Amino acid sequence: MTATDVQSAKPETRQPILQARNLVKTFGRVVGLDGVSLDLYPGEVLAIIGDNGAGKSTLIKCLTGAEIPDSGELTVSGQQVHFKRPQDARAHGIETVYQNLAVSPALDVASNLFLGREERLPGPLGKIFRVLDTKGMRRKAKEELTRLGISTLQDVTVPVENLSGGQRQAVAVARAAAFGSKVVVLDEPTAALGVRESNQVLQLVRDLRDRGLPVILISHNMPHVFDVADRIHIQRLGKCAATITPESHSMTDAVAIMTGAATA
Amino acid sequence: MTQQQTAGPPAAGHDLAEEFLDRRTPLSRIRNVLHRYPALSPAIVLLVAVIVFGLLNDRFLRVENLSLITQQVAVVGTLAIAQTLIILTAGIDLSVGAVMILASMVVAQIAVGNGFPGPLALLAGLVIGLAAGAFNGFLVTRFRLPPFIVTLGTLNIFIALTLLYSGGSTVRGSSMPDLLTWTGSTFPVGPVRISTGVVMMLLLYVAMAFILGKTAWGRHVYAVGDDKEAARLAGIPVNRVLMSVYLAAGAVLAIGAWIQIGRTNAASPNAGVDLNLDSITAVVIGGTSLFGGRGSVWGSLLGALIVGVFRNGLSLAGLDVLYQTLAVGILIIIAVSVDQWIRKVKS
Repeated sequence: MTATDVQSAKPETRQPILQARNLVKTFGRVVGLDGVSLDLYPGEVLAIIGDNGAGKSTLIKCLTGAEIPDSGELTVSGQQVHFKRPQDARAHGIETVYQNLAVSPALDVASNLFLGREERLPGPLGKIFRVLDTKGMRRKAKEELTRLGISTLQDVTVPVENLSGGQRQAVAVARAAAFGSKVVVLDEPTAALGVRESNQVLQLVRDLRDRGLPVILISHNMPHVFDVADRIHIQRLGKCAATITPESHSMTDAVAIMTGAATA
Repeated sequence: MTQQQTAGPPAAGHDLAEEFLDRRTPLSRIRNVLHRYPALSPAIVLLVAVIVFGLLNDRFLRVENLSLITQQVAVVGTLAIAQTLIILTAGIDLSVGAVMILASMVVAQIAVGNGFPGPLALLAGLVIGLAAGAFNGFLVTRFRLPPFIVTLGTLNIFIALTLLYSGGSTVRGSSMPDLLTWTGSTFPVGPVRISTGVVMMLLLYVAMAFILGKTAWGRHVYAVGDDKEAARLAGIPVNRVLMSVYLAAGAVLAIGAWIQIGRTNAASPNAGVDLNLDSITAVVIGGTSLFGGRGSVWGSLLGALIVGVFRNGLSLAGLDVLYQTLAVGILIIIAVSVDQWIRKVKS
């Protein structure tokens, strides 16, 4: 089986939204990434799996601007980019949901969605007195949630700390997916959640995909990965060992590739 | 890898809205309301206290007495605004009283000793307040020292500077330009006499409540106090927000110095030793959480009024000062316990 080139339903002629070519990143004598390439197509969920130290997080950090690769190319919608800070990646529409949930518990859902990008009232009230357009932001937050198909958050005026873990994750994901972002990167989104809440989040990932927003999902949880991913990028020893699909390989195969017991 | 541990099918539909709010018992419903409106519990306490003291002594509810309470509260109430700002960022400022006294001494000395006109003297006080705030903020943001330690240090530094600068002597209000003691003047509103200082304090509250509640800066102050890391990841310049909070607090303290000069009709280096802790008391009783990110300036005004009402009411009831202090101590512990209980609102 030649797994490295397996394509799911995605035709190869489509232009990848995010493309990485031969990324290399070393930390002193430790090689974090040893020439990794990756393509992310519109409307797909690409899972990245790998053992500890395989270079998953380094890869993600290079894609989201948290680390600067030593060499290699990164393109967003065909345009070459060089991210120096996470803000650069964000400016290109790449939003990351961090494992430790970057939400503010005491603020309500709408305030969290607009945190760091608040909108002011039009006219002198907004320009001179810098008054926030609270109503407008609440309305837009609702619209965005509806557009993203997030139905677990009915009331945008509820403080986030009153929400369940799954709903908080939904707020964090909505933050990342809203306002014209192109790529959503989720770092272990189900790690801290129960079964039911995990399913909620996985459904959310599918909903985002169905609305055309590509998702990169980093996870240790094989069942979750196989449940939701269209393609699976397997990192091993700083390299991409294989890119498989849930149809072409079983979980046992994936684990075997991950640990080096098999070579795709 | 455990393969058999396959996750169940995706949740059937989205029947999850019912777990939205913790509404199981009447008690948790009360808790939700208190959680949503942090100024509600101190408002209830103030109302009850006023009614009880009014019943105990009919002199309590007389307009002259109520007017006196507001004047007694004006300085602490102003310092409490600065304290609220800093506590909202999960900090604490032990030096507010010391900064205020230092600013008041500088204002008085420059006006009386150096013969500067009133407005310039007040401007000098503002510069002192901003410089003190900048120093605290610099130590907190650049050296990442805990605000408690920073302000414990600067408390002593500012006290020492005040004594060095003033030589330990008090400047009497009668020798100052009228503008400096203007905050102590009163004007009649119907049967009540209101002092300019009280009005100034109330205006500060209105302005700060507006800024905290309606502007992006205000929301960032809450976000930084709530979860610093989350705020940083959301793209908020955390250190810049913290620095601006300490500067704003310094400016408020300078105005507090002006109100203090008017209230006591003097500038004394030995005044206001209790004010550092009294401002924290007002903020805490007002329902602002010491853990940051939760509370309001209105709560602090209520907190300052509660302390004022208790002290005044107990002394009218003929009780020793000792019992006033005891009552304030008990109030603090109750307030913090209630805050902890309210914070448990998340299931």
